[in-house]
Amino acid sequence: MKYLSEFRDPSLARSLLEQIARTVTRPWTIMEICGGQTHAIMRHGLDQLLPPEITLVHGPGCPVCVTPLETIDRALAIAARPEVIFTSFGDMLRVPGSSDDLFRVKSRGGDVRMVYSPLEAVKLARENPAHQVVFLAVGFETTAPGNAMAIKQAAAEGLANFSEITSHVLVPPAMEAILSSPQNRVQGFLAAGHVCAVMGTGQYVPIAEKHRVPIVPAGFEPVDILQAILQTVRMLESGEAGVVNAYGRVVRDAGNPAARAVMDEVFTVCDRKWRGIGTIPGSGLRIRDELAAFDAEKTFPVGDITTSESPDCISGLILQGLRKPHECPAFGASCTPLHPLGATMVSSEGACAAYFKYARRGTS
Amino acid sequence: MNPNPDFDRMACPLPLLDHDTVQLAHGAGGRLSAQLIEKLILPRFTSRELDRLEDQAVLDLPPGRIAFSTDTFVVDPIFFPGGDIGDLAVNGTVNDVAMSGAEVTALSVGFVLEEGFPLADFHRILCSMEAAAKTAGVRIVTGDTKVVGRGGCDKIFINTSGIGVIPGGIALSAASLQPGDAILVSGTLADHGMAIMSRREGLSFTADISSDTAALNGLVGDLLAACPGVRALRDPTRGGLATTLNEFAAASRVGILLEEEAIPVRPEVLGACEILGIDPLSVANEGKLVAVAPGDQADAALAALQAHPLGRDARIIGRVRAEHPGLVGMRTALGSERIVDMPVGEQLPRIC
Amino acid sequence: MCLAIPGKVLSIEQENGLPMAVIDYAGARNRACLAYTPEAEIGSYVIVHAGFALQVLNEEEALASLTELTRLSALMEADAGRDDPERRS
Repeated sequence: MKYLSEFRDPSLARSLLEQIARTVTRPWTIMEICGGQTHAIMRHGLDQLLPPEITLVHGPGCPVCVTPLETIDRALAIAARPEVIFTSFGDMLRVPGSSDDLFRVKSRGGDVRMVYSPLEAVKLARENPAHQVVFLAVGFETTAPGNAMAIKQAAAEGLANFSEITSHVLVPPAMEAILSSPQNRVQGFLAAGHVCAVMGTGQYVPIAEKHRVPIVPAGFEPVDILQAILQTVRMLESGEAGVVNAYGRVVRDAGNPAARAVMDEVFTVCDRKWRGIGTIPGSGLRIRDELAAFDAEKTFPVGDITTSESPDCISGLILQGLRKPHECPAFGASCTPLHPLGATMVSSEGACAAYFKYARRGTS
Repeated sequence: MNPNPDFDRMACPLPLLDHDTVQLAHGAGGRLSAQLIEKLILPRFTSRELDRLEDQAVLDLPPGRIAFSTDTFVVDPIFFPGGDIGDLAVNGTVNDVAMSGAEVTALSVGFVLEEGFPLADFHRILCSMEAAAKTAGVRIVTGDTKVVGRGGCDKIFINTSGIGVIPGGIALSAASLQPGDAILVSGTLADHGMAIMSRREGLSFTADISSDTAALNGLVGDLLAACPGVRALRDPTRGGLATTLNEFAAASRVGILLEEEAIPVRPEVLGACEILGIDPLSVANEGKLVAVAPGDQADAALAALQAHPLGRDARIIGRVRAEHPGLVGMRTALGSERIVDMPVGEQLPRIC
Repeated sequence: MCLAIPGKVLSIEQENGLPMAVIDYAGARNRACLAYTPEAEIGSYVIVHAGFALQVLNEEEALASLTELTRLSALMEADAGRDDPERRS
């Protein structure tokens, strides 16, 4: 596949690994922000191939993992309503709330449908005027532009039966929270390449300067990730802080201004609770008050939700890179993809699920 | 009058019936039931057993162990690129029986039809089954039809059961793998599952991907003739190659190591998997087999597969090893090793 | 997050006021909204996430990057060959 396969070329990957090995002189801990990058690292076994001085820790870049339990429970309650056609990306269908999940709601007669794009949910609203179409809008800045356009489009068409439940989270505040934690051991970041495609690189400059760390926007193929790690290691070895783009074919410093403009029209920044971590100020997006008609959390009165998390789940520590999945006593025992205890095992992007799928303890 | 008549369609014309759609009375055992069976079903499944219209088929089988399998087909959509539910129903059960090494003789078929299901669609499916059975060289010898009210099932469900006789000297088993054995696949993976996925609502992706549904009994016969030492055969349907190999590894208490670069996947199938974030190793196949052969017979097995039209793209994709029993590993193109796990439930497209 | 892969724009048409394209990925095709990549034309490569093109791929940058990586890789192989004549390339 053009512009994909070339960046999986084993000989290019090997030469990058060689260069990394020649450059590194002492231990470094690097965090990759994005769940898609975690997935790629595990799928290609990159962590096995890196020199032992480099420790990769996995960040909270899994919007499915960090969606608060209350939001999921609210979504489930709305999905169960007879007048609702509930739509969602595939990732969210299996995520359990306190006691239920979308698959079970569907099996009890709820109209739950998977869509690939939020515009398909708008189409369902257009074609089903007698139903309320609700879309579960989960994601980072990569997904926000599309989810915003869906609302803008619904407004332009005068649709009265389309709304979204939003659980949007922003990367820079999360990065800031991780770096500010007294237990932090992350020394450099691979920033999420597709988030940066939308937001640009400027937001990361003040963070890099304040905390004196390298932040390297990175792609998702093995060559991209290794190139970004090489860049990060070079900067760490020479004590350099700042933002250096290692995904130039997709990320521009200015990002995508058209996408950000529509995001600003539809969403506004708010405080957001991250499952397993807690509330991070200014880390979320919500639908603007003037567009409240498209905000399912306002248009559907769902009673008080009380949630319960498993006490054995340490996904918060994992999302902050303070523990690895196999260091959790429940990993592979009481907590597996079939019976997940918490966020990071339930999502296919979660670090625990990736570890379980690709690198069960005791094999590599 | 159509100046360019479609001769394929004329070979299988829809008979004249009293109704366009399935009625509850079609399952009630009276006149309409008889009409459905005699006019629609029996003409497609002519066999001496069926023609007797007894309550059971009585078969004369050669001596030997009998392989017997059953499967029920509920796929949606019922028509997809490369085939339909009827093709799957015949080929799927032929394959399950054939994976024992048996010569497949006969199938039974049970239909559950939803009230309101178009009879033209039922007829089309019956024609597919007729053609598939003919290609596979099997007879449909007994069957049953039931009708349920609207909503009682989704259009049409088909159960087929099949029997065959295993020639002497053949004893295939998932528990018989040995370290050093070679793992082979008969062709490209994930074609069927992605063909189905391309027709699912809400996914808006298309591709020239056809289901690979096919009867593999001929291929199996050729393979076993050339390579009598084959340990095990299975067709990797639901759950894909990953599920089948994990089952083999667990049953034999051995490890398996695959070579990523050896695994055959069509570019457009890979493209479709990449768009949706789906692992081709976890996707269903309906016309492929996995074979395990002793190491010194691997090349002979590969040659036998590749000589057959259904095995042109066959490859040796890995080896059985003693280390890490029960686990399937894969050497990536980069030289690292990762686990190939059993998929958890249905493969869902993801955005993450 | 952010599963997004590069695909080639095959056709563009307006639908409900939005520019929609058919995108090709080695033979698989899906539809994507080009509202955020107005500069994309037929033949452009775009990065598509959840039905939206987020950027036009900078092909010059991609090729330059690959050329540089390949050059370095070849240099390293040559180095390795010089250091250790027994070593397989």
